[in-house]
Amino acid sequence: MSASQPVLAVEGLVKHYGIRPGLFGRARAQVRAVDGVSFSIAPGETLGLVGESGCGKSTVGKAVLRLVEPTAGRVTLEGEDITALNRAGMIARRRRMQVIFQDPYSSLNPRMTAGDIVQEPLINFGIGSAGEQRERVAALFARVGLRPDQRSNYPHEFSGGQRQRLGIARALALGPSIIIGDEPVSALDVSVQAQVINLMMDLQDEFGLSYLFVAHDLGVVEHISHRVAVMYLGKIVEIAPRAALFEEPRHPYTEALLSAVPVSHPRQRRKRVTLKGDVPSPVNPPPGCRFHTRCPIAVPLCREVEPPLLADPSGHATACHLRSQASPA
Amino acid sequence: MTEQPILALEGLRTEFATGQGAPVVAVNDLSLTLKRGETLCIVGESGCGKSLTALSILRLLPRPYGRIGGGRVLLEGRDLAQATDAEMRQIRGRAISMIFQEPMTSLNPVLTIGRQIAETVMVHEGLDWTACMGRALEMLRQVRIPEPERRLHEYPHQLSGGMRQRVMIAMALACRPRVLLADEPTTALDVTIQAQILDLVRDLQAETGAAVILITHDLGVVAEMADRVLVMYAGHKVEEGSVEEIFDAPAHPYTQGLMQAMPHLGSGEHRSRLNEIAGVVPALNARPPGCSFAPRCGLATDRCRQEMPPLTGLGGTHMAACWAAGGSQA
Repeated sequence: MSASQPVLAVEGLVKHYGIRPGLFGRARAQVRAVDGVSFSIAPGETLGLVGESGCGKSTVGKAVLRLVEPTAGRVTLEGEDITALNRAGMIARRRRMQVIFQDPYSSLNPRMTAGDIVQEPLINFGIGSAGEQRERVAALFARVGLRPDQRSNYPHEFSGGQRQRLGIARALALGPSIIIGDEPVSALDVSVQAQVINLMMDLQDEFGLSYLFVAHDLGVVEHISHRVAVMYLGKIVEIAPRAALFEEPRHPYTEALLSAVPVSHPRQRRKRVTLKGDVPSPVNPPPGCRFHTRCPIAVPLCREVEPPLLADPSGHATACHLRSQASPA
Repeated sequence: MTEQPILALEGLRTEFATGQGAPVVAVNDLSLTLKRGETLCIVGESGCGKSLTALSILRLLPRPYGRIGGGRVLLEGRDLAQATDAEMRQIRGRAISMIFQEPMTSLNPVLTIGRQIAETVMVHEGLDWTACMGRALEMLRQVRIPEPERRLHEYPHQLSGGMRQRVMIAMALACRPRVLLADEPTTALDVTIQAQILDLVRDLQAETGAAVILITHDLGVVAEMADRVLVMYAGHKVEEGSVEEIFDAPAHPYTQGLMQAMPHLGSGEHRSRLNEIAGVVPALNARPPGCSFAPRCGLATDRCRQEMPPLTGLGGTHMAACWAAGGSQA
């Protein structure tokens, strides 16, 4: 594996859900949750994936993990195409690719002790003797900041932040190269959220982990990410290194999203670029550029032709007829 | 300035019976005043008592366990803590309205939104049904719902989250209340929709002169909306002041911690360690003696662990309850 090889590469990922009128009806319409998404993540890198509810960002995470089957596209993990792997093959690959959910409470077995929850993946993959496994669990508990005596507690006995630490310990147990975080800190109080963000950054530095960090909080994403992708209605509209995206956003949707974030000091109060209306339905996305119905600068071309996602030499890619600063490759 | 406050809390104490022994105290000795047209933000993390403060004002505490155990809730001088249930029904939705975080659970799913708004008007103002529906339509227009004539006859599930929150606001404002309590009104919404709703609340407040208590955990929302800020921790007011006083010079270590823990846009502190506040908010029945924040505070001394610090003036309207915050008191 060469040093420049991405840990995760996603090409043309599509996930459509059929809407059926009844239990046995034929799919009458398609929800185009994810509609042609491509990106890659380098070793030790965090890619933040942001967008509003229903933009498809969580579905991207699930399709990458094949927790939902992609409709089309290719997912490459450490150089290997995992899209066509069977169940057994996929299970083996999940050692390298783990997930942390928003609410660890609903993803942790309430009848297992915390120690067993973290040990379970080691048992499933037959890693080490029982004694070695217990040592590994103790080390993981210490690493994520849980007390050794908490190993015999059940999930309901933990606070939200501690449950997220437990979810992280379990995700780390098998030594993955990449962790998909689906809104991992969204349910936490600010002070506890800071604890978990710090922990995730420390673990990344220590183990060279990559993260796909799916979140809606732009402040958090700016803080933790190296690169950021912005999704709107199933497509990436802009992807760029963090500083470029936050300081010189090019896509009008990115601009509006950033402008909507509350200020951090009362003296910065300002008139915002407020988007009108709601996100259109992904069942019938608008033709042309999907953002044209709410875009303040749309021209007739935007209603007819879908703009491609074009990158400039610095790696800043934008899907906008008016704002892309690159010629087609 | 001698303008009488619309709403004042004096030493409010909200408690819950526990079955064994003494009740637990969720809100402790809380005082505040709210003037016409003013926006007061109550800030704090889960379990600090901010929502229970709002429910205490409206006397909507869960029965039979929750109750107001002391203090007064004064609406234009009249103590609501002593009002009868029938009197409270006249006050809720008319003098004081409330909007909640999740409109879907607060709207009736089997009634059209027009009917739900009109019903409020009917109960409080006794107009005929046509007039009430007319008011409902007018309210939908006022909260800028597109195609209000059509939406009037739709059900809550047919609306998006942002539209449902607009309906809640329309219902809350239908009888032109003098006080609006908003409990995390935008927490469940996307940031672009949040911006729309905050703008709307601000505009409507300017039009109607209502006073607003906005409960939130998001300091960004506070920075956008507040005239004054009240910070709560574990049931106590720990700091209060104008929004400039609080953001320029947060005095209580908890307020400082909250501000530093929140990553915000354009801070230029990419991937630096965020300031953590170690530990979690203590449970209701496990509050330490002395300052509730002492176990998580880097500045705590023996005195903090034994003796509750009083609220102390820091100049202007700014006050904090901290032995280390350097008030005038020795």
